[in-house]
Amino acid sequence: MADEMDEMMEGGEIKKLMYMTRTAPYGTVYALEALEVVLIGAAFEQDVCMVFADDGLFQLKKGQNTEATGMKNFSPTYRALEMYDVEKLYVEKESMDARGMTEDDFIVDVEVKTSDELTSMMEDMDIVLNF
Amino acid sequence: MKFSIAVHEGPYTHEASDTAYQFVTAALEKGHEIFRVFFYHDGVNNGTRLSTPPQDDRNVIKRWSELAEKHGLDLVVCVAAAQRRGIADADEAKRNGKDADNIAPGFRISGLGQLIEACIQSDRHLTFGD
Repeated sequence: MADEMDEMMEGGEIKKLMYMTRTAPYGTVYALEALEVVLIGAAFEQDVCMVFADDGLFQLKKGQNTEATGMKNFSPTYRALEMYDVEKLYVEKESMDARGMTEDDFIVDVEVKTSDELTSMMEDMDIVLNF
Repeated sequence: MKFSIAVHEGPYTHEASDTAYQFVTAALEKGHEIFRVFFYHDGVNNGTRLSTPPQDDRNVIKRWSELAEKHGLDLVVCVAAAQRRGIADADEAKRNGKDADNIAPGFRISGLGQLIEACIQSDRHLTFGD
C-alpha cells in the first residue's frame, strides 16, 4: 500500500484541490466520510484547502457531545488537520451569519470568506471535491 | 479529455448512479477517456451483485458491470465505506471473518487514495450525488 502510494505521488505538478463540505456532522455520514478523504488525501501533498458552508459549519462547533446518540464525536479530528498540512480552512460568511455563529464558536482557527470570495477561489481550483 | 467520476449515492434511492452511468456512456461514445469511477458513501452499494431489481426496471448494477467489461472501465469501491455497508470481495470477506462476499463483476475494492489519484491524473473530476 505504501509503495503504491509512493508510486502514485511521484512526479507530476501540484494541483489545487478544494474540499467542500456542506452537511451537519451526525445527521448523515457525509461529513465524517469527507474528513476521511481529507486525511487520506494529505498523503498526496497537493495544495489543498477545505471549505465549510451551509450546515457544514456545525462540524466545527465547540463542545460537541454525542453521548446520548450513540455516535462517535469525531470533532477533535478537525484539530489534527494542521498536522496533516491541511491549514487553509475557510468558513462561508453567509452561512455563519445565517446560523448566528461567530469565529469563536469553532474548535479550529478558520478564515471567514464571503460567498463571492469563495466563488472566485473555486474558479482558481484544479479540483473541487464536494461532499 | 480524461475524466474521473465519483458516485456518492446508492442505486434506485437516488438518481446519481444513473446520471453518472449516462455521462460515462456518452463520454465514451464521444471518444473521451474515463480514468476511473470511484464509488463512495452509499455509492458503494452500486457494487453488490446480490441486487435483484424488478424485471421491467433498469438493472443499475449489471449495467455498470457490462459497461466495465465492454470498455475496460476501472470501477473502484471505497474499502472503508464498503466495510461499513457490507460490500465485500473474497479477500475482504476472509480478512473480516465474513461468510460470503458480494462484489459485482467488474468492480474492485480499494482505498480512498484511488479517488485522490484519479482527481490528480484526470483533466476533469465530476461528482454525482447530493
